[in-house]
Amino acid sequence: MTKDNSVVEVTLESNLKNVEVADEVSRRVASKAGFDEDTCEQIEMAIHESVINAIWHGNKNDESKQVRLRFRILPDRLEVRIRDQGEGFDLDAVADPLEEENLLRVSGRGIFLMRSFMDEFRVEKLREGGAEVTMTKKIHTNRKPNQGGTEREHEGDSTPS
Amino acid sequence: MSMKATVRQVDSINVIDVSGRITLGEGCTQLRQLIRDLLGKGGKNILLNLADVTYIDSSGIGELVSAFTAVSNQGGQLKLLNLTKKVHDLLQITKLYTVFDVHDDEAKAITAFEKPAGA
Repeated sequence: MTKDNSVVEVTLESNLKNVEVADEVSRRVASKAGFDEDTCEQIEMAIHESVINAIWHGNKNDESKQVRLRFRILPDRLEVRIRDQGEGFDLDAVADPLEEENLLRVSGRGIFLMRSFMDEFRVEKLREGGAEVTMTKKIHTNRKPNQGGTEREHEGDSTPS
Repeated sequence: MSMKATVRQVDSINVIDVSGRITLGEGCTQLRQLIRDLLGKGGKNILLNLADVTYIDSSGIGELVSAFTAVSNQGGQLKLLNLTKKVHDLLQITKLYTVFDVHDDEAKAITAFEKPAGA
């Protein structure tokens, strides 16, 4: 926790066991931001999927690499940044899991769920190395999952699910 | 809470009662192994009771798809029973709700399995 009580920062080693820590923190922050229970669960799931991608695809399960989460509660939205130390990835290379030919694929739904459950989703490859996912959720809205966002910023080569 | 799964037989159907979290790692691996074991023993008709599943992520959904495909490839059937709202909603938005045969009544789900010819 930083001095600014609207900001929460968590750094995790790249071990899948830490995903539950991220889940717990996400749920608490979302609740503190004032979201209802269903929305808290959606936010938790979006962050869960992003943290798994950061550990699994970004940092390749290398425990010497870290995943940093930064939550910021703003008057109108919750902003979450998930940063890994990987190579970044190309969103255009992620197949649409709703296409008929992809429906029975075992993987490839993580980013779709992030986009569905959050209002904004983008990925940036960082100059200092690593990739950062930024997601926001508007506060005090009753929007239903939006079936996928449109904002796309990307570079890199590793393709997460 | 990690995933737990127990198998019981109703008629010739293997009913798997799943509880806890179906997520990347242990939960998915456990479910995959259980389905493989059943298929290896010839148990091709499987009813997955998901009533007590508290959490499922995209990997867990993928595991359900994997199980569905594995069972179908063996000439069997896999059906889902008692979806929680969370699982139901996830299957809806991923368009998988229509892929799976979903039931909320165990007896009706059991009778929905096709009987082998001559049985």
